[in-house]
Order: sequence, then C-alpha cells, then structure tokens
Amino acid sequence: MDNPVTHAAGFFGDNSVESTKMLGRSLGNRLLTGLCIALSFAAMIPLASILYLVVKNGLPLLGWSIFTQLPPAAGMTGGGFGNAVIGTLIMVGLGLAISAPLAILAALYICEYEPHGRLATAVRFTAKMLTGIPSIICGVFAFVAVVLVTGKFSAWAGGVALAVLMLPTILLTSEQALLGVQRAYREASYGLGATRFQTIFRVVLPEAVPAIMTGVMLAVARAAGETAPLVFTALFSQFWMSSLMEPTASLSVLIYNFSTMPFEHQVKMAWSASLVLVLLVTATNITAQLVFSKKH
Amino acid sequence: MTDTMTAAPRPAAVAPIAPAEAPDRRTIISVRDFNFFYGNKQALEEIKIDIPEKQVTAFIGPSGCGKTTLLRNFNRMNELIDGVRHTGDITLAGRSLWDPALEVITLRRLVGMVFQKSNPFAKSIYENIVYGLRIAGVRDRATLDETVERSLRGAALWDEAKDRLHESALGLSGGQMQRLCIARAIAVRPKVLLMDEPCSALDPIATARVEQLIGELKKDFTIVIVTHNMQQATRCSDQTGFFYLGRLIEFGPTGKIFSNPSEQRTQDYVTGRFG
Repeated sequence: MDNPVTHAAGFFGDNSVESTKMLGRSLGNRLLTGLCIALSFAAMIPLASILYLVVKNGLPLLGWSIFTQLPPAAGMTGGGFGNAVIGTLIMVGLGLAISAPLAILAALYICEYEPHGRLATAVRFTAKMLTGIPSIICGVFAFVAVVLVTGKFSAWAGGVALAVLMLPTILLTSEQALLGVQRAYREASYGLGATRFQTIFRVVLPEAVPAIMTGVMLAVARAAGETAPLVFTALFSQFWMSSLMEPTASLSVLIYNFSTMPFEHQVKMAWSASLVLVLLVTATNITAQLVFSKKH
Repeated sequence: MTDTMTAAPRPAAVAPIAPAEAPDRRTIISVRDFNFFYGNKQALEEIKIDIPEKQVTAFIGPSGCGKTTLLRNFNRMNELIDGVRHTGDITLAGRSLWDPALEVITLRRLVGMVFQKSNPFAKSIYENIVYGLRIAGVRDRATLDETVERSLRGAALWDEAKDRLHESALGLSGGQMQRLCIARAIAVRPKVLLMDEPCSALDPIATARVEQLIGELKKDFTIVIVTHNMQQATRCSDQTGFFYLGRLIEFGPTGKIFSNPSEQRTQDYVTGRFG
C-alpha cells in the first residue's frame, strides 16, 4: 500500500520550477491587491480632508437663523444667507427643468431612433465638446442670450447658464444608460406587437431611469457648486427674491464674495455656506436614489 | 414528457419534401424562393417550405445554418437589424408578410415569439402578461385578469404564480421565467408561436416541463421551434427541417428525418457525424 504522505506530495508536484512559478504568481497577486488598497486610501485623503475642513469651519455658525436671515452688511455680524439657499435651489431647478427634458429626449433620439444618422453623430460630437468647455463660457453665453436681450440680470439668466452646463452631462450619461438596456427587453416588446414609441416609453426608459438619474445628479451637484456661470448672469442680491426677473443670490457666489472679504465673520459664513451646499447636494442625491431605485 | 412523445400524431411519412396539399393539414406559413442577406452576406438561400397549421415544426442544423434567421423572418424581427434585405416571399394564411396593408405590429401579434434567453420585463408577473394587451389599449380590468389566468394556466404556471401575481417577475426561477415568457406570448392569442431555442438555458427538469407544454400548446397554436438539441426535436415535433449553410436540406415528418432521411447530409448530422 502507498504511503499516503508521499502520495500526496507527488500529487501536488514537487517539481521545483512549477512551485516557484506558483509562488511568484501568488506574490504578484498579493502585491497588486495591496497596491490597489493603498491607492484607494490615498485617493480618500484629499476628499476626506476637504470634507473635514468644511465641516470643522462650517459647523460653528450653522444654525436655523442662517436659513431665515439675510446676509449681513460688510463688517457686520449676525445674519444668514436664506436668500442664497433659495436662489441656488431655484436656479439649479430652472437649469434642470430646461436641460433634463432636452438632454433625455436628445439621448433617446441618438440612441433609439437613428443612432448612425448624421444628426446623431453631430449631437454626440457637440455634447462631448461641450463637456470640456470652461463653465465661465456658459455664463458668457447666458449673458449675451438672456441678460443683454432682457436688459436685466436675473434668475432666468442664471438658470439658462446652468442648463447649458448640465446639458452635455445629462445627455451623454443618458445615452450610456439607454445603451445599457438589454436588447432582449426591446425584442420582447417588439415581439408582442409594440410600436417603437411604446417600446421606448414603457420598457426602455423605465429600465434606464436609475442610470439616467445618476447622470442628472452628477449634473446637479456640479451646477450647484458653480460660481462662474452665475457671477454675471444672476449676479447677487442682498434681499429675498420676489421674481425670477431680478438679480438673485446664490450660495456659490456668496461663498466667492464672502471668502475674499477681510472680515472674520464673513469668512466664517462662507465656510457655513460651503457646508450647507455640500449637505444640500448630498440630500438631493440620497433622495433621488431612494425614489428612483425603489421600483427595482 | 414521454406522454407527449407517444401522443404526438405522426403523419404517415411519404414524400421527402412535405407537400402543402396534404388533405389532413393546412399550410399556415408558406415560404417561397426566399433569400435573405445581412449586408452582403447571404444567410438564407432559396428557401421553400410550408409550415403546417397546429403542429410543431422543428428547425435543426449546426450553428450559423440560418434556422434562427428564417424563424425571425416569420415575424419580421430581423428588420430591427440594420442593413438586411430579402428576395422572394413568405405568406401567412396566404397573405404576404410584406403586404403594405398588413402592419408589422399586427403581424407580430399574430406571430408571437419566445426567445432563447427568457426576457421578462422588470415588472410584476401580472404586468408582464398584460403588456401585449395594454399596448393594444385594453384597459378593462376583468379582461386583463381573465387573460392573466388563462395565459398562466396555458403556460402551466398558474399554480406556482397565482399567489404572487404582483411580485416582480425577476424573482422567478429560470424555468418559470421562460414559461412566463410563453404565457406573455400567448396572452395576445397569436396564431403562430415561434420559439428560438427556448430550452437552451434551462436545466433538464425545466426543459421537460417546457417540452410538455409545447405538446399541449399545439392544440391551439402552430409552433415553430429552433433547437440545437436533436432529442428535443424528436420528442416534441411533428415535422423537422434540416438546415445547412443557409439552405433547407430536407423537410419532412420528424420520424422520417431521424430514422430514414433521404439526404446523406441529414443522415450525417442526425447521427452525429458532424455539427
């Protein structure tokens, strides 16, 4: 009878070349895994430290009064930036209301109707170009298209500037979302006698909504933090807004203005406004995810 | 499973190519001089075949032989692909599929399809089945409820699904999903049911259930099934067509194709010498 120990040794191979090779491969595997983990932590450092700074400096002034009061005059203390919170919400909302339908319908066209057509190619190309354009150009565009035409700095002008900024992001992520919908769903729908319109609106779009929402949230997060498109479209205001056709305060412009002031209180307020902005974006993001992923 | 096999009526094997004029069965789909191209690549060559009504017709042949392409022409599903064209004609109950008066959406309601990979929508079981009715504008709750029960019973899924009609269809097992897709296809009461390798992703037990179902469904529907599994063709079909390199090599009663084919290539394929 075979000795079970030698049998096992022979089975797994005492060939030295083979075992060194195996050792080398498993060592390489461990090294790379370790490297990935280390780099992930490294990537966390700038993100976490910014967040830490914003929370640490923003927290002291954070209170209810910040949302209910108007910004203090230069050198004064107290007050809040309720008008800027509302202004940001309204202008991002306007931008979204303008850009999201346009971008999603355009994505549907270039993805479902004529993916290889000339128009689709042109739209795709333009959208990719637009993602690389500095945000201040969106502001210049809205300045010329809205401010000069209406003769007023306004929330509308700010909304249009943000819409131009959001459009390509939403369009391109929506296209990817639609491409991600399995062909099998489309075939099942067409196979039951559905028209293209029915297939798109009953099967493809609902399936793509969670991924489209990710793109929309990315765009919202970016737009909410942008200063450049707003400085010469919506300008700023010390007062509560009463119409969409007047200069409007926004968190990003407030941060920009206050952080460069030589007064300690204003600088602290800029930090608080940054914290509020981060919280607003996070809150909308979480809400959107909860609402749109529930169905699946 | 064996029940269906023995119970399946086998028409007396006489002619090597099935004649359309046999008195005991009528032709529902007739293909004449049909050529089909993906771009410049010809996928089907001079196909001529008559599919008998309310029987199970199986298409067999090695991968790339054109059997699925022909099947997907029966409901014009191939036209979702860019750059396809055809010559010749296919008729359904005597009427050309490309008759301008026959809308493609009508055709697809008459000729339903079950796909290789089960593809239920990410909706409830109930909504999956009534999809075909909803897109046709049916709103009446009683009609919808009744269709759901009829279709699920028809697809032998009622007992397993009746208590979870409003749960997501994606919670079903693989075999149940495929039967749900069959239920969804028969919900719109088609005349013909096309099945593209419906069991290729199923385990043997689920396969047996679907095959048994096919035997029951042929009472009401004409079934055309593409399969890679030759045992499956012998178990559940009445007629078999053997395709090779885009041509229909031989078509006839299943028993004859598998036991005494007229063509050497059919013989070689069914005995496993190639393919």
